[in-house]
Amino acid sequence: MTPQALMDGLIAGSMIGLGAIGITLTYAILRFANFAHGELLSWGAYLAMTASGVIGFAVPQLTVPVGPFSFGWSLPLAGILAMALTALLALVVDRALFGRLRARGSAVIILVMASFGAALALRNLLEFLYTSQPGYYTRALQISKPIIDGMRATPDQLLVLALAAVAVVAVHLMLTRSAAGRSMRAVAENPHLSAITGVDVRAVIRTVWILGAVLACLAGIMSGLLVQIRPQMGHDLLLPLFAAAILGGIGSVPGAMLAGLIVGLAEAMTVQVIGAEWRAAVSFVILVAVLLLRPQGLFGRVR
Amino acid sequence: MLDLVAYGAFFLTIALTYAVICLGLNVQWGQTGLFNVGVAGFVAVGAYTSAILTTPATADRFGGFDLPIVVGWLGGGLASAFVTFLLGALTLRLRSDYLAIATFGAAVVIQLCMLNLVPLTGGPFGIGFIPRPFGGLAGDALAFGLANFAVLAVLVLVVYIVLERLVRSPWGRVLRAIREDETAARGLGKNPVRYRLEAFAIGGFVMGLGGAAQAHFIGFIAPDNYLPILTFQVWAMLIVGGSGNMRGAILGAVLVWGIWAISGSVVSAVFPADQQARAAALQIVLIGVALCVVLLVRPRGILGEVRVVSRHLLRDARPSVSAKERSDNA
Repeated sequence: MTPQALMDGLIAGSMIGLGAIGITLTYAILRFANFAHGELLSWGAYLAMTASGVIGFAVPQLTVPVGPFSFGWSLPLAGILAMALTALLALVVDRALFGRLRARGSAVIILVMASFGAALALRNLLEFLYTSQPGYYTRALQISKPIIDGMRATPDQLLVLALAAVAVVAVHLMLTRSAAGRSMRAVAENPHLSAITGVDVRAVIRTVWILGAVLACLAGIMSGLLVQIRPQMGHDLLLPLFAAAILGGIGSVPGAMLAGLIVGLAEAMTVQVIGAEWRAAVSFVILVAVLLLRPQGLFGRVR
Repeated sequence: MLDLVAYGAFFLTIALTYAVICLGLNVQWGQTGLFNVGVAGFVAVGAYTSAILTTPATADRFGGFDLPIVVGWLGGGLASAFVTFLLGALTLRLRSDYLAIATFGAAVVIQLCMLNLVPLTGGPFGIGFIPRPFGGLAGDALAFGLANFAVLAVLVLVVYIVLERLVRSPWGRVLRAIREDETAARGLGKNPVRYRLEAFAIGGFVMGLGGAAQAHFIGFIAPDNYLPILTFQVWAMLIVGGSGNMRGAILGAVLVWGIWAISGSVVSAVFPADQQARAAALQIVLIGVALCVVLLVRPRGILGEVRVVSRHLLRDARPSVSAKERSDNA
């Protein structure tokens, strides 16, 4: 494995990891596999693109690239706005769909199916609004700079790696050290018991959606910045996200991030050794291997 | 007038191929509660297997065994049953939604195989010249259309009768018992994993059969025919028609395919050519929303499940009313 493949794998893996954290949290706390999570990534990326365009139009000097990066201040500002809007979107979908099904005591699999329908509607709504033409945050081209022998990266890519690391540490600290995090872990363990002991389960569910949506939006913006923005981007990432969440162990944030990196590195290695056309199969192979050998994942517990 | 009849036969034939696939899904979901998100992949396995078995030999592609169409259909069903069996064996002993994730992944991988295994599948261009039943009649559109419709109608009828007998047999009763109360079924000494696996593979067989029949009716297959939207259409058919009800599955297939075809032709008539892709996306949005609304408002579909304990007790058959609805009404 060349150093360059390592770099590419780490970058792809950090985006997968961020998305997988959202999946693993909704899975652990709301107890269903959310097929609509990928669409939160796409929506985050598109919302940021629109917001960035509006900000840049209103204040043109904000589009001047910052330092070594390819984008101006309009993108980080738009990113914050997009995170808020993506979280709002997740809350609205939960209120309109998942919340009602939960209140009715529907089976897990009905929630999964509803998320499948919501994913299709959200994805095609994006395609309707923005067409299937790819979008970009910036037209500026970046030259990748050598870091060590045989490994090159653009400043944008390094920024993405650093941001992902910061985000994971922040989420981990929040879950392990704050009151909100304790409530979340309590609900993941046993919703009824935690409700009896005074944990506001509904507030916890809101926090989960907000957290998952913010991370998905961040991953979507990163992917949009480094690759391109397409309505299918979240859907294409869904299988790697699920593979990472299950490999890491459902409910484990460090597990999801580590597994995301593993999936990313495995993809990069496959592209180099076998060929880019089989890249999408890697996640499935990993998924099958985990289900066969260690269904609870790396950091999960047997249920 | 004759044109209209020919078109009607064509439309119904396509709808009936979906009905077969939908019946397969009904065995998995309606009777057993197994959520399969990879329908398109299993349909594709059936279609490609049958195409490889029955097409005449070609120089640059493996296969071309030129076998009879019936052999191709059975082969397609068996191949699909084999794939679903493997996936089921892998995931059915785990959490219920791992099956959903695994089937989703399987559909992605099957799509990749169709695109990349060029010597076997013809790659992006797919396989053409798939023999059609009554190909000799192709000159006469009406006779050809009616003959094909008759073939598909017989196929649907046979699948319907066989499945209906299966779900009313002791085997079918165990399936529903497991779906409703797994602990109780286990207490009676039934092994849930085994029964689920059997139901999943039988459903896979029927899906593959439907895919094969569809391929032979259209005469040409390519990876683009088996995108996730196909999975979604079949799900919409089952949910609208009423999951758990075999007649509902057939009704749903005809109804949803009708709505799809009509709304598609409205889209192409109303919107200018450059906007049609967008309008088609909106069409899918509406169906996605409709699925969610049906789940929220009328989870039973048009024809709800008919709860028959045994075919010897047919007179007691009434539309199902779940315990919860009963208590709501009281």
